[in-house]
Formats: sequence, structure tokens, C-alpha cells
Amino acid sequence: MNRPLAGLLIAVIALVATGCSAGDTETGEIVLMTHGSFVVSDGVLEAFAEEMGITVSVLQSADAGTMVSQAILTKDNPVADVLYGIDNTFLSRAIDEDLFLPHRAAAIDTVPETLRVQGDLVTPIDFGDVCLNLDPDGLESLGLGSPDRLVDLADGAYRGTLVVEDPSTSSPGLAFLLATIATFGEDGTYPWQAYWRDLVTNDVRIVPGWDQAYYGEFSGGSGSGDRPIVVSYATSPVAEVYFGDLEAAPTTIVEDGCFRQVEYAGILNGTKAEAAAGRLVDFLLEHTFQEDVPLSMFVFPANSDTSLPDVFADHAVIPTGSILMDPARIDENREQWLAEWATVVR
Amino acid sequence: MLEVSQLTIRFDGTPALDGADLSVEDRSIHVLMGPSGSGKSTMLRSIAGLENPEIGEIAWNGRSVLGVPAHKRGFGLMFQDYALFPHRNVAGNVAFGLRMQGLDSAIIHNRVDAVLELVGLPGYGDRSVGTLSGGERQRIALARTLAARPRLVLLDEPLGALDRSLREHLLVEMRSIFNQVEATVLYVTHDREEAFTIADRVAIIRDGRIVADDTPEGLWHRPPDGWIARFIGLENLCAASTLAELAVPSPSVATTTGVIPPEAITLSPTGSQTATVTGSFFRGGLYRIELDLDAGLSLITWSPVGIEAGTLARFDVDTTRISWFEG
Amino acid sequence: MRTRLWVLLLAVVPAAFLAYFFVYPLVTILYTGLVPNGQFATSAFAEIVTDPTMRSIAWFTLWQALLSTVLTVILGLPAAYIFARYRFPGRSLFRSLTLIPFVLPTLVVGVAFLAVLGPGSPFGVDLRGTIWAILIAHVFYNLAIVIRGVGVLWEQIDPHIEDAARSLGAGRWRVFREITLPLLRPAILSSAALVFLFSFTSFGVILVLGDLHHTTLEVEIWRQATAFLRLDLASALAVLQLVGVTVILLIYGKTSRRTAGELPLRPPAEVARRPQTVGERLFIAATLGMLGLIVVTPIVVLVARSLSTPTGLALTHYANLFDPPRASAIFVSPLDAIGNTLRFAIPAVVIAAGIGLMAGVVIVSTRGRGGRIFDTVLMLPLGTSAVTIGFGFLVALDQPIDLRASLVLIPIAHALVAIPFVIRSTVPVMESVQRRLREAAAVLGASPRQVWREVDLPLVSRALAVGALFAFAISVGEFGATSFIARPATATIPVAIFRLLGRPGTFGEAMAMAVLLMAITGIAAMGIESMRGSRSGGV
Repeated sequence: MNRPLAGLLIAVIALVATGCSAGDTETGEIVLMTHGSFVVSDGVLEAFAEEMGITVSVLQSADAGTMVSQAILTKDNPVADVLYGIDNTFLSRAIDEDLFLPHRAAAIDTVPETLRVQGDLVTPIDFGDVCLNLDPDGLESLGLGSPDRLVDLADGAYRGTLVVEDPSTSSPGLAFLLATIATFGEDGTYPWQAYWRDLVTNDVRIVPGWDQAYYGEFSGGSGSGDRPIVVSYATSPVAEVYFGDLEAAPTTIVEDGCFRQVEYAGILNGTKAEAAAGRLVDFLLEHTFQEDVPLSMFVFPANSDTSLPDVFADHAVIPTGSILMDPARIDENREQWLAEWATVVR
Repeated sequence: MLEVSQLTIRFDGTPALDGADLSVEDRSIHVLMGPSGSGKSTMLRSIAGLENPEIGEIAWNGRSVLGVPAHKRGFGLMFQDYALFPHRNVAGNVAFGLRMQGLDSAIIHNRVDAVLELVGLPGYGDRSVGTLSGGERQRIALARTLAARPRLVLLDEPLGALDRSLREHLLVEMRSIFNQVEATVLYVTHDREEAFTIADRVAIIRDGRIVADDTPEGLWHRPPDGWIARFIGLENLCAASTLAELAVPSPSVATTTGVIPPEAITLSPTGSQTATVTGSFFRGGLYRIELDLDAGLSLITWSPVGIEAGTLARFDVDTTRISWFEG
Repeated sequence: MRTRLWVLLLAVVPAAFLAYFFVYPLVTILYTGLVPNGQFATSAFAEIVTDPTMRSIAWFTLWQALLSTVLTVILGLPAAYIFARYRFPGRSLFRSLTLIPFVLPTLVVGVAFLAVLGPGSPFGVDLRGTIWAILIAHVFYNLAIVIRGVGVLWEQIDPHIEDAARSLGAGRWRVFREITLPLLRPAILSSAALVFLFSFTSFGVILVLGDLHHTTLEVEIWRQATAFLRLDLASALAVLQLVGVTVILLIYGKTSRRTAGELPLRPPAEVARRPQTVGERLFIAATLGMLGLIVVTPIVVLVARSLSTPTGLALTHYANLFDPPRASAIFVSPLDAIGNTLRFAIPAVVIAAGIGLMAGVVIVSTRGRGGRIFDTVLMLPLGTSAVTIGFGFLVALDQPIDLRASLVLIPIAHALVAIPFVIRSTVPVMESVQRRLREAAAVLGASPRQVWREVDLPLVSRALAVGALFAFAISVGEFGATSFIARPATATIPVAIFRLLGRPGTFGEAMAMAVLLMAITGIAAMGIESMRGSRSGGV
């Protein structure tokens, strides 16, 4: 046998031996499928393992859309037991595809009614708001005050100040588009399409992703661009304070037109470890995990009994009038809305 | 002893070898000579195992080697362009065959030194082959071939790329090296002088067939036909009828052509024949004299002195040295 | 006959690898997407054909890829030339630098390009949202392919051939056009094919620098599959992309028809020399200036960003990586990230080099159609949308061993992309190895395997090292496949950068991590550079 050939086979065999695959309770492992922004502190999932005797193996996809596609493609023979991180923009499709087994989480009563979904197919774990972030210094140097409402941005005074993400490639971008649709409506004298036409007239900058918008184009906080208004998260000012070790937030948010993203967890239909999977979903809604959520992922815990870390308590704003759109409506119209949006801004 | 019989190879339908026969005696230097395209390199490559003959037999000491792949034949082949390995130094090149035989590194080392000494390049082991001159490359290629102590040494125009003076020098040296190591050698060349200098026997190949196989002297004095005579440099080919006019009769009715070797013609004032000198060229030591006879015959001979063109010259022909053949 | 059998046996490994890890998943996912309920979804194709947006995306994908390829080759050739033929101070450092862009995550490159070509540009241009930003980014990424791919042949071509042409009265330009260029043709076409495939399937660059008007099929496939969950449209687009790539590869296969490309190769050390004339020095300086502008400026920007803090230049962000001020979970220890990165990179290099070399030998030995088809098919993974292959793995690889969520897939996915690099860098050199050298070894008693090991392998070793270096770079910088089946515990450097760039306040740390990635690549490239000196020799 050729030497390179032998070496290769050895390498592959060694790899296969060290690799692992989808979980079942017999091997004492359960697989949690989630998206790329999933972060958890050391010791949290280990606490679950200690309690249950089952280790949690986390499988991450790049983004939520990819994750949902992966789950749908493998629904006959799922690669994971629990899916966590699906939000209200994708939920309806996942439910239609029969991805989840119903499960009523032990702590579900601690979750505000508005976040819950009918039928207990999925359990809300966390939520966050996509809001306009402002650079007050930047606005001031332009002789502008902080806008209060979305509609203010259509005013010529705010020309060249806004940067948003492309809704077809970015999750906050989609959230902002949905917020404008909910705010201005689909018919009437000033529908969302008219609003966007005004934004285009006002030289809105559209970039593919959040990081280009925030770090590249936004002038506030850790951004290094020249636009004082950006579509980001309600917790972005908190993250600026936390990571920058600051006394006060360098940026603020506009409370009008915030879009609420709720992230859910559910037991994947076809799991061989339904009981353990249910236990993991319960665990995600318990204090150990819920208390870790704010500083790991900069979202709010769904369990309203959770105490927030100091930096959140001091600096975080939960917009009161956040828009919550019906997942079914989103799913039904997304493609058409995106197509319309594209024709408007093109 | 190498025996080749009825060897035939076609490339794209054109025969390169067409039933060639050849035997090489042990410890002899056999030259295979032919014009370009005659199939001499193909023959060499077939013997080495680099070409597969369609028909014919190649045997060593009575046993066929046709099924034996090149690397197991134990025949060494030295290429015209030497094919030295550019990624190995001189010692690495020379040692290659020995390493393939799985010899001990100490033995390899000694043999490499010895063979470099033999080719007159001691201490060249660490040189890169890129830094060698043409003559040095030739010697290293020879050393590489000889180091493996092949049963048969095959050389393909080994001096073809070198200048004339170097060629003469290396030729003599090679002959002495081959005799020293008692090698059995098949040497391919197109050059008559080279062939005659080194050969014990010379085989002539024409259109894929061996048409003559003799000692150099035998070929010179008894060329089997006119083409061979011309190929080895005999120029004085005369029809029997013309020679009859010079009172040189043909020994039989069948032999219609005679060859007069230049050394059979002696210029002398008392010569019995007369001819006009049409050319006289200095060739270093001797003059090449071109004679034109009234009988419509041109002859070439050599003379230690030049003769002005246009003058008449007298000469004798040693008729006993004329060789005759049919056609 | 013996050779045939031997080649056939050798072909089995790459063929099986490709069949199981590429063709089978690809066919399965396309079938899943296009035949959803046992009925072929012709509507998806109809939708593509009738939608002017889709048509313009397809057209843009093609022409930007062609333009990117031409630009990269034109700018890459002088650089390949000076590195191959001249010795000058800083040569290996510069050459190593050119590989760095290749591993940089597009998110990071986006940052650098915004700084260099955005509103605050030191060159006074704002190329945001223009095709130029994309083209320059493609050149930035792919220059290394041309420099290395062509250089590895160029540095072994005997300069005497060119000297001979000059002595026959040809000027420098004519020598280049009539002698050098034809000799380099196989290597140039090889590199150009790779650059084209990369640009044709460009994803990250488009996501960072493109916009609604500038988007590729690759991005559209991803959007359809993950934003709209339209698997049928995504599959139909993937078929379109595959057809486009195949057509281009077939044209490439025809134009790069093998000639009797035997060249007297010489050790690179004997070919390179010091520049002698003022003209030569100027040429080298101008080429290095061009490289500096395209390659070094963005790198310098990234280093500067990693060092900049509100209180001036400092190593704060680096310190934060090793010892985060906040015990936040988003920080992965750099050592862990390096360890994870190497854990995927080393098997990826081994697989790619092994299989690529086997495939290369097969391609060179079967000089006819068979070899060409094999060659083309092995290039296809590079031109196939990553999301399609990724989804293909998910639907196909659950039996007999469930590999879908296995970490094994990461180096395998990297190797799939890297194998064409190993083939493209070794085949031109293998084809140039003179047949006579192999024959010389055979008559000296070397068996076919020994001939390969003693003659082909050493002569091809530099090209193989270049291929392996690319395999390493591909694996180290890869984000897509790694993030597709990543786990928090196996975060590689690009994954760590992605996380740090995913939230406000950790930008500097992301840049510091990117500089770390550049350093690792630079060290690997320098390592390969230093190998050049120690050519085998002796007994």
C-alpha cells in the first residue's frame, strides 16, 4: 500500500473515532441545535449535566435561517434533540413543517403572556428588541436633536444620517422592515412603501450585515463611521457600557418602532430522548440559564422572575411599545414584502 | 551474451524496427551505427526495457528478458542528454542505482568514490549537477551508469553533445574504462570515427534492420553493399564497366560494382593512370585530393602534399584491395 | 497494462472520496429540492428564467468573475516573476505576506476595505457600493493563488531558454510573449481557473461589500435557502451555478490541452539572482509598491485598529483576549482558538495533500480524456455553492455512519475545497518532469514506485508544499463549513472573530484576534519558504 494512502486512512479513521454524532440518552448525551450567536458561560450546561447525568452537546449553525433550514431538511432523522434560538420571524414555517413535539415547560407561568405561543409547541426563552440606536454627539454636531419616532427620519433634516441592514441578509434588518410595516401599515395614505421611498430620498445607507452597519457606518460607541443613526438592538448601549468599562452609555435608543424578537426552544420531532429533551427545555427557562442570558447574549430572560445583572438594571431600557407581529403573518408575507422592499430601494 | 532476434516495433503504423537481429559478446564493445531515423535508439530502448517490441526476442545468456521490466533487467542505459537528476547532487546521482539495489551505505560511499575516481572526477560528490560543464556531466552520467555494475552497458550517443576535441579525448578514456571494468557494451552512434575508434565490432542499422555486423576493419575492407560503403565513408564506388576501362577486371559477372578505398590509390609521378585534379583540400596533416578520370569517374584519395587543381596527376591503384559486390 | 492497473487503483481513493463527500450529497440535496413530492419542480426553473432579477444576478456573477480573474492574473504575474527570478532583501517576507489575505475572514476584510476605500479613505475615494470594491477585494484575496501557482513553475524554468530567445534577437517583451508565456501557460490557466471559481462563487466578499445591485448566485442560493426557505429555488439556482461552472471548466480543459510540456526544470536556487540593472530594480520596486498598495495597506489598517484604544495605541485588546476584563462567555481563549483551528487544519492538509497528490498522478498518467474529466470533476467542489454542499451533507450522510453532525466533516469539507489547489499546483510541475529522468531511474533499477518516490516526488515536493500551504490557509481561514457544524467548545479563530464582531464593544478584540490569525498564517508561509533552501541531495 502506498504510504500517503495509509497515512490518509489512519487520519480519517482517527477522525471518525473522535467525532461524535446525534445524541440519545443511552450514550448519556443530548444535542442542542442553535444559531451562531449562541453563547453560554462555563458551568451552566455542566450544571444540567450534573443534575441529569446527561451531557449537552451544542451544535451551532451560522445564523437562524440556516439553522431552521437544517432542522427542516433533517426532520425525518433529526441531528439534534432540542432546537433553541428560533425567533418569531421563522417560527410559523417551523411549526407548519411539524418540527416540534408539544411540551409545557415547568416554569412557563413565569413567562409574560405576550411572549407565549399557543399549543405549547415551543417555549419562549429570551427576547430582545431591534431599535434605532443614536449617537447623540454626532447628531448634535449636525445641529440635530434625537428623533422620537420612525417618521422623523423621513424629514429632510435627517438626510444622510441613517444606516440600516438589508432585510434579506440580516436579521435586525428584517426586524426593522417589519417594524416599519407594522407602524405605517400596508394601505392608507402613507404606507410603509412610501416611508421607505422617503428614506431612500433621504439617502439611507443599506449594508448587508449588522457588523458593517454598526462598526463600519455608525458614528456612535465603538463604531467608526459617519452615520449617527443605526438599526441595532435595545441592549447595544448596555454592551457598550459593559465591554468598554464605561460609566454611562455613549449611545441611546429610540423607543418608537422597536421590533421584538422572541427566541424559542422546542423538542425536535423524532428525538430518541424526548424526556431528556423536555428536561433541557425546562432547564433553559430556569434561573441558572436565564441569569446567564443577559451578559452572554445581550437579550432579556423570558422568565420574569429572573434578577438582572447590575449593568442591565442600570443601563438597559425595555421599550414599552415594542411591536410584536404574528409569526404566521410574517411567514405568509415575507417573500412578497422583501420583493416589494427591493423594488422600492433599488 | 545479448542476443536480439527479429525485433519489430511500429510507431503509429510506421516500423521503427523491422526484424532486427544482433548479438553482443561478453566483454566486448559493440557499436550500433546508423543514420538518424534508422531505429538505433529504439533498439537500444527496447533492450533496456523502455519500449515493448511487438515481435522478436531479446535474450541474455539464452534467457528471454522480454517479460522483465526495465528496472529488473540489470542493463544500464546512458542517455544522450545524460538525464541527471536535478534535485540530487553528483554523489546522489551516482549512488542512485546502488541505493536501488539496497546496498549498505558504507559500500555505496566507497563505490561512489571509486567510480568518480575512475571517470577522473574525484571529490566531485558534493557538487550540484547544475554547476557541471558538459564534459563533466558526461562523465557523471557514465559514472552513474557504471556504478550500478550493469550486466550490459547501453550508451545512446554518449558523446553527441560534446565538442570534437573533448569527444576524442573521452572516447579513448571510455574505451580504457570499459576494458578496465570488463564491461559488455552496446554503443549507439551515427559517427563513423567514433564507432571505429571504440568498437570491437560494428553493426550497421538501416530502416530498422541490421544490414551488416563486422569488425571495423572488416567493414572497411569488405563492405557488403554500396549503401554501407558510402555510409561508412568509402566514396570511390565504380561500376565494373568503368573499372574495366582502367584495366581492372571484375572477378565475376555478378559483381558489378567495385569500391576502391582511398589508401589503395597511390599518387606517384610514375603512376600508370592519369587524371585531372579537380580539388585539393587541407584536412590537417593530409590533403584530400579529388581526381577526375576521362572515363567519367571521380576518385578520392589522400596525399601528404597538396596538388594544384587543374593539373594532371599520375597514380596507381592496388587492385587487390578493391572490394566487389553485386549491384 | 501494469501501469494502467496501478493508475486505476490509485484513482479509486480520490474517486471514492469525491463520490461520497461531494457527488452523493449534491445529488441528494438537488433531488430533495427539485423533486419535493415525487414531482419535478419545473416551476422553480421557470421562475428563474422569467425573473429579470435572477437573470441579472446570473449575468453579474459571470462577468464580475471573469473581470476579477483577468485583473488578478495581470497583477499577479509581475509579482510571481520577481519572486521567482530575483533575490532581494525582504523577498520571503513579502511573499509570505501575500498569502495572508487568503485566510482573512471577509468580515475582517470588510472592515479594512471600508477604512481604505470608504469615506475616510487615505486615497480620497469612496468605492462603497461599487463594483470596484468587489473587484479589488477579489484581487486582494486571490493574488496569492497566481503568485504561488505560477511562481512555482516559473522559478524552475531554465532562464537559458529565455537567454536563447534574446540572443535570437527577441526583445524582452517578445521573449515574454513568445517564450515565457507559452511555457507558463498551464500554470497560468490553472491559477486563473481557481481564481475564477473563487470569484464565481464569491459569498463573503459580496455579503460585506456588495449590495442589492451587486450580488452573486452563491449569495442568492443562500438567501433563498435560509431567508425564504425556498429549497426548490435554491436548488434550481445551484443547478444553474453548477452548469455555469462546468461549462467554464470544459472550456478551460480544452484550452489547457496538454502539450508535450516537458521542461528542463532547474532548482529554484540556481534560477533566482540579484537584480543588476537600474531597470530591474525599478521593476521590482514598482511591483512591490503595487503589492504594498493592494495587500499590505489593508493588513496595516487591521493591525492599527487592533492597537487603537480611546487613549491611544496600546495592547489593551490583546490583553483583553487573554484576560477579559469582564468574565463574558463570548471570549474564547486565543490559545484554545488556535488549538481548535489547528485540530481541523492538520487533518485537512493531510487529506487534501494525500488525495490531491493521488489524483494528480492519475491525471498526469492518463493523458487523454479520462484524465481531463477526472480533473474537471475534482475542481467542481470549488465551484459549487457551499450552502448546497452543507445541506447535502445533512440530507445524505446519515448512513451507514451518521456523519451529519460529526466534526469529521469540517476537515473533509476543507479538503474538498483544498484538493483542487493541490492538484493545480502539482500537475503542471509533474507534467514538466522529463520522461527521460524517470527512464534513467528505471534503468538504474528503480521500480515504478521507487521512480515516483525518488524522481517525481522530490521534483514535485515544492509544488506539493505550496498546495499544502493553500490547504492549510483554506482550513485556517474557513468560516462557512466550520460554523455550519460548529460547537462552542471547538470555536476556531474565524468563529471567535465572528462572535466578537457580533456585538458592540468588542471590535478591538476582534481585530486583535484577526491579527493573531494573520500571524499564524505568516508563520506557516515563512516555514514553507525556509524549506526551499534544504533541497534533498547526497547519498
